[in-house]
Amino acid sequence: MPAVSKGDGMRGLAVFISDIRNCKSKEAEIKRINKELANIRSKFKGDKALDGYSKKKYVCKLLFIFLLGHDIDFGHMEAVNLLSSNKYTEKQIGYLFISVLVNSNSELIRLINNAIKNDLASRNPTFMCLALHCIANVGSREMGEAFAADIPRILVAGDSMDSVKQSAALCLLRLYKASPDLVPMGEWTARVVHLLNDQHMGVVTAAVSLITCLCKKNPDDFKTCVSLAVSRLSRIVSSASTDLQDYTYYFVPAPWLSVKLLRLLQCYPPPEDAAVKGRLVECLETVLNKAQEPPKSKKVQHSNAKNAILFETISLIIHYDSEPNLLVRACNQLGQFLQHRETNLRYLALESMCTLASSEFSHEAVKTHIDTVINALKTERDVSVRQRAADLLYAMCDRSNAKQIVSEMLRYLETADYAIREEIVLKVAILAEKYAVDYSWYVDTILNLIRIAGDYVSEEVWYRVLQIVTNRDDVQGYAAKTVFEALQAPACHENMVKVGGYILGEFGNLIAGDPRSSPPVQFSLLHSKFHLCSVATRALLLSTYIKFINLFPETKATIQGVLRAGSQLRNADVELQQRAVEYLTLSSVASTDVLATVLEEMPPFPERESSILAKLKRKKGPGAGSALDDGRRDPSSNDINGGMEPTPSTVSTPSPSADLLGLRAAPPPAAPPASAGAGNLLVDVFDGPAAQPSLGPTPEEAFLSELEPPAPESPMALLADPAPAAEHPRHLAPPAPSGLSESSQSSDRTWVGQRDSDGALPPPPTAGRMYLFYGNKTSVQFQNFSPTVVHPGDLQTHILSGPLAVQTKRVAAQVDGGAQVQQVLNIECLRDFLTPPLLSVRFRYGGAPQALTLKLPVTINKFFQPTEMAAQDFFQRWKQLSLPQQEAQKIFKANHPMDAEVTKAKLLGFGSALLDNVDPNPENFVGAGIIQTKALQVGCLLRLEPNAQAQMYRLTLRTSKEPVSRHLCELLAQQF
Amino acid sequence: MIGGLFIYNHKGEVLISRVYRDDIGRNAVDAFRVNVIHARQQVRSPVTNIARTSFFHVKRSNIWLAAVTKQNVNAAMVFEFLYKMCDVMAAYFGKISEENIKNNFVLIYELLDEILDFGYPQNSETGALKTFITQQGIKSQHQTKEEQSQITSQVTGQIGWRREGIKYRRNELFLDVLESVNLLMSPQGQVLSAHVSGRVVMKSYLSGMPECKFGMNDKIVIEKQGKGTADETSKSGKQSIAIDDCTFHQCVRLSKFDSECSISFIPPDGEFELMRYRTTKDIILPFRVIPLVREVGRTKLEVKVVIKSNFKPSLLAQKIEVRIPTPLNTSGVQVICMKGKAKYKASENAIVWKIKRMAGMKESQISAEIELLPTNDKKKWARPPISMNFEVPFAPSGLKVRYLKVFEPKLNYSDHDVIKWVRYIGRSGIYETRC
Repeated sequence: MPAVSKGDGMRGLAVFISDIRNCKSKEAEIKRINKELANIRSKFKGDKALDGYSKKKYVCKLLFIFLLGHDIDFGHMEAVNLLSSNKYTEKQIGYLFISVLVNSNSELIRLINNAIKNDLASRNPTFMCLALHCIANVGSREMGEAFAADIPRILVAGDSMDSVKQSAALCLLRLYKASPDLVPMGEWTARVVHLLNDQHMGVVTAAVSLITCLCKKNPDDFKTCVSLAVSRLSRIVSSASTDLQDYTYYFVPAPWLSVKLLRLLQCYPPPEDAAVKGRLVECLETVLNKAQEPPKSKKVQHSNAKNAILFETISLIIHYDSEPNLLVRACNQLGQFLQHRETNLRYLALESMCTLASSEFSHEAVKTHIDTVINALKTERDVSVRQRAADLLYAMCDRSNAKQIVSEMLRYLETADYAIREEIVLKVAILAEKYAVDYSWYVDTILNLIRIAGDYVSEEVWYRVLQIVTNRDDVQGYAAKTVFEALQAPACHENMVKVGGYILGEFGNLIAGDPRSSPPVQFSLLHSKFHLCSVATRALLLSTYIKFINLFPETKATIQGVLRAGSQLRNADVELQQRAVEYLTLSSVASTDVLATVLEEMPPFPERESSILAKLKRKKGPGAGSALDDGRRDPSSNDINGGMEPTPSTVSTPSPSADLLGLRAAPPPAAPPASAGAGNLLVDVFDGPAAQPSLGPTPEEAFLSELEPPAPESPMALLADPAPAAEHPRHLAPPAPSGLSESSQSSDRTWVGQRDSDGALPPPPTAGRMYLFYGNKTSVQFQNFSPTVVHPGDLQTHILSGPLAVQTKRVAAQVDGGAQVQQVLNIECLRDFLTPPLLSVRFRYGGAPQALTLKLPVTINKFFQPTEMAAQDFFQRWKQLSLPQQEAQKIFKANHPMDAEVTKAKLLGFGSALLDNVDPNPENFVGAGIIQTKALQVGCLLRLEPNAQAQMYRLTLRTSKEPVSRHLCELLAQQF
Repeated sequence: MIGGLFIYNHKGEVLISRVYRDDIGRNAVDAFRVNVIHARQQVRSPVTNIARTSFFHVKRSNIWLAAVTKQNVNAAMVFEFLYKMCDVMAAYFGKISEENIKNNFVLIYELLDEILDFGYPQNSETGALKTFITQQGIKSQHQTKEEQSQITSQVTGQIGWRREGIKYRRNELFLDVLESVNLLMSPQGQVLSAHVSGRVVMKSYLSGMPECKFGMNDKIVIEKQGKGTADETSKSGKQSIAIDDCTFHQCVRLSKFDSECSISFIPPDGEFELMRYRTTKDIILPFRVIPLVREVGRTKLEVKVVIKSNFKPSLLAQKIEVRIPTPLNTSGVQVICMKGKAKYKASENAIVWKIKRMAGMKESQISAEIELLPTNDKKKWARPPISMNFEVPFAPSGLKVRYLKVFEPKLNYSDHDVIKWVRYIGRSGIYETRC
C-alpha cells in the first residue's frame, strides 16, 4: 500500500501493527486484538458518523487482523461505504477488503455489485481498473453472472484507455476460466482478435492470454488471430532491442509477449496462406538465428528471456512438424544445449528433444546426439536430468541403434538411482522386445536385465519374456540353454529362478540331449535354488518338477522323493502343500497318457498389447505420454506396438494362415511362388497335406474354407490360430507363426480361430485335440449357435461310426457381440480315412439362420508317428512292401524353388522321420513313420528324389495299406 | 531413563539443554520447538511423539520444560520428576522465569547433574540438596571432611531428607491446609460437578529427629477408632469426611498408614508438602452465583448476576472476582454494582467485578447493559460460563486437623513444648456457573 506510507499514512494503523509485533506471547497478541476490535466496534456503533479517513483506517485494521488469522464478522458495511468514496485510497482499501473478505453469498453482494457497476460506468480509468481488479480477484460465479456481459463491451470499446482494456482482458480471462459458460461469445470476439494490432504492448499481451484461452474452446471463431499473431510476432522478432522501449527486458524485445504469441500459434495448425506461413517461418528462423548470436549481456535474465523464446519456438516447430529444415535446426540448437553449463537448459533440451525424436523429419537428427545423451545419462548429477536422458534414449531408439541403446541402458542400470530403476527396467524390456531382430538377443537382454536389476524387474517383464519364448518356438531351445547357464551362477535373483523354472519346465527337453544339461542336472540345479526362494517361486518350481516328470520320466523317482519329503507334504503354506500332495498323487496315479495330457505344454499366449508398455504408461501418467506414443514414431517399422515383432519372413509374405483359412478370402491366384513356401519355414500347421498359400490355385484341399458357397452377407469369417508344437518329435508340422491374425476381410462378422494340438498330445498318437475359437465380430448377438462335426463318409451325423471319434464339448448357444467362445475337440483316429471331417456351424444372426460348413484340417498324416531306423532296416522293410498296390509313385513338377532345407522341413512337418545316410544319393530324402489308428497301424516309408535340372520330383510311398499310400502320396505331392 | 532435558523460553529458544543419553541428539531440541512450541495448532497433549522420540513437557508461565526419551518410560514418573524439578528450582531461586533461569544456569546444571543420573531420577529433596549444592560457592571450601562425610552418609542413608543434629531454641511448626474448590453449576443452581483438591503443607522448625503423628477427621480413621468408644463416633461422625484419594510425602511411613491408618513420619527440616488429597462428597460451596441474562433485540443484552456467600457470618472471604463473559460483538457496556468495582475489559471480552471482602451469609448484585453491533454471522453467542475467584479461611472439603503430635525421645522437649500453628485456606479452582 504505497498510499499508506506516504502523506496521509494512517498513524493509528501503524501503531497498532507495531503493538502487535511487540507482543511477547500469543495471549498478549489476542488481548491486544480483542481490545482493538472492541474499540472499532464502539466506533462503528457510535452515533456520530465517521469520516472517510477513520473508516478507511478501521477497515484497514480489520483487514490486518483478518490476515493475522482471526475471524472478522463486522465492518463489511463500512467497507462497502468506502466503495462509493471519491478518494482513490479509500476506494482502494474498500475494494481490497471486499476482495479479501466478502464471500459470495453475502447479503451485501447486491450493494457491492452496484458500486462496481457505478465504477465501471464512470469515465475515470483508475476507478474502472479498480472495479475490474475486484471482479477478477473475487472471480465468483455471482460476479461472473453480474458482469460477464459488460466486460467484453469495455474491452472492445473504442474509447477505453489502454490500461482499462488491459485489465478488462485479464478480468474476462479470469471469469472465463472460473465459469466458461457465463462468458457470452458474440460479435466482440472478432474485435478482440484485432486487439493484437493494438499500439499498446500491454494490451496485446493481455489480449493474447485471453485469446489463447478462448480459442481452445472454439478455435474457428479466432482463426483470424493466426495471421495477426504472426505479423505481430515478426514485428517483435525483427525489431531491434531499442525499438520497444518499455517492453525490452535485458535486451530481449517483449519476451513475454513473444512467448505468449508462440503459444497461441501452437493452438492452430500451420497457416495455410503461403505468405503468412513464409513470414512465420522467417520469424522462427530469426529466433533460431538469434540463438546463435553472442549474448548481449552476461546477466542471467538476458539468457533466460532469450531461451524462453527459443524453447517456445522449438515447441511450435515440433507442433507444426512440417518443416524438416526447421526441425533439424531446432534439433541442432538443442544439441548445443545438451552440453550447456546450465542444468536447467540441459533438462529442457532433453525434454524438447524427446518430442523432436517422435517427428519423422528430425528423428535422424536427434539420433546423431546419441553419444551426448548416453554421456548425460552416465554423468549428470541431477537425477531428474538423468531421467529425461533415459526418456530421450527411449524415444530415439529404433532398429538401427536399439542394440547400442539397450546395452548402454543396461550398463547404466547397474549404477542407476533407485528412483528411476524400475522405469529403466521397463524401458529396456520394451525396447528389447520391440526392436529384437533375433530373439536370442532378446532373451539375452532380458536375462541380463534380471541379473543386473532383479529387484526392479516387475512381474510384467518376466511374464512377457515367458510369453514370447512360449509363442516363438525358434527361440525356445536357445532360451532353455541360456537360462540353464544363467542359473549356474552361485547367486541368482529370484526372478531368474522363476524364469528358469518356467522355461526349463516347458522346454527343458530341448537341451536334455547335451550331457552337461541332462535332466537330472537340470533338476538338481533348479532344486539347489528351491530353498532360497519365496513361497510363490517354490510353487512355480513344484509345477516345473511335475512337468519334468512328464518330460523326463527318468527323473520321476527323484522328484517324487522331493515331493514326498515332509517339508513339502506338510508345508505350512497351504498352496505349497496342496501342490505337493496333488502333484505327488498325480505322478503316481495317472498313467503316462493322462500325465501327458494334463501336463501338456502351455499353449501360446494370445497376442495383445504388451503389458509392460501398459505399465510404463501407467507409471508415467497420462500427461507424459507424448514420448511414449510410438504411433507415428518410426516410419520404418510397420508394427504398431503389437509387442510381437513379425519375423522378416512373415513380413514378406501375406500371413499364410489368414489367406489360406480366411473364409471367402479367395486365395491370391497369382501369389509369387518365390515368396511362399520357399525360404519360409513357417508352414502352416493345418496344412499337413493342404496347400501352401501360394498353392491357392490347386483348390483340392483348402481346409477350413467353405465348402458351400456362402450366402451373401454371411456374417461368418474364419480365422485360424495354428499352434506351434514343433518341439515334439512326432509333431506334424514345422513351426508356424503364432498369434491370431485376423482375416483381411472387413465385412466379416465372425471368425473362427483354431488352435491345433494334434500330435502335441503325447501317446496315444491315435488321438489329438483341437481348439476352435469362434469369435463374433459383429456387435449383434448370435443365437442358437451350434457347431457340429460330421464326417462326409457317412450320412448320419453320428460321428462314432466314422473313422474318427470326435468328442466335442458343448458351447453356449449365445455368442455376444465381440465375444469369443472356445470349443475343444478330442479326436481319435479309429481307422484310416481319406476325407477330412467337416465342421458345420449354425446360428441365427439378426433373426436369419446362417450355416457354414468348413473342412477341419484333420488328415491322416496327423496321426503319423515318425520312426527312426537304420539304413539296413529301411531297405529291408522297403523290400517287404514291394507289392504294386502298396506303392504309390508320383512324378511332378516343382511348384516352388527346390531348397533342400525347406524340403526337409516340409517332410518333417508332414510327420515322418527323416533318415539320413540311407539313400546312396545325398540329394534324395528318405522318411519312415507309422500311422497310428485305433484299429491298425500302417507302416509307411517314403522316398523323395528331387531333380534340380528338370525342376521335377519323384515321390515314392510304400505303406502296408493301398489307399493310404495313394492318399499320402497325393497329400505330400502338393507340398512341393 | 530420561534421555535429555531441555528448557525453552516462550520463543522456543533453548535456555538449558542437558543430554543424558546418546540416543538423544541435538536435533531433538529443534524437533520439539518446531512441532510443539511453534506448532500451528496448539499442542494440548503433554506427551508428544516425534519420530519415535517422546517429549514430555510442562509449562511454567512462559517457560517450557521438556523431558525427552526414546525408551518406553513411565510417563507418570517423568512428570513427577518435572514437577519436582520445578519445586527444586523454585526453592533455590524463586519464581521460574526466563530471567531467573538465565541468571542461575550454572546452578541449574549443577542441580540437573545431581537429581538426574544417566536419566534416572535421584534424591530431589530440597533440604538435602541444599546441604551440598549451595549458591555460595565459597562455602564448600570451609566444609570440613567430617561435614562432608556427614552429608554423604545422610544423603545416602535411610532418612535422606533430614540431617542429624538440628537444633532450634524454639520448637515450632506450621500446618497449612490449602484447598481449591472446583465447581460447574447449571443456571438453575444444580451442581453438575464439584470437587476439592487439597494439600497439607507443613513448615517445621524442630530439633533433633522428631517423630510426628498427624491426625485428621478422615472417615476411615474415625470409624476405626470409634469402635472403642461408640460415644465419640456419634459426636464426630457428622464431621468426618470421605477422602477419595491421597498421596504422601516420602517421609510418611506407608506401612503404618496401611496397617493402622495413622500418618507418622520424621519431617524434613523446613517447608514440605505432607500430603495431597481429593474429595468429591459433602463439599461446602462458599459462593452461589445466580445469573440472569436477557436479550433485548439484536443489539442489546441485559445481564444481572447475584452472588451469595454461604458460610459462617463470622468469616470473611477475600479477593473475590466475578468474570462475566461478553459477546464478541460487544460495542459498549454499562455496569452498576452494589459493592466492589466492576469494569468491562475489552481485551478479555469480559466484565470483571472485584470485591475485596465479603462476610458470610450475605449477597450482592451487579447489573450490566451490553450494547451489541449487528454482525453478518448468524452464529449465536455460545454463552460461556461465568467464572469466579475467591479465597476463604476454611476448608471447603470440611477437613479438620485433629492433632499433630511430636515425640523426640533423645532430646528433652515434649509434645507440649512445641508451638503449633494451623491455618485453613480455601481458594477457588475452576468455579463456574452457566448462564
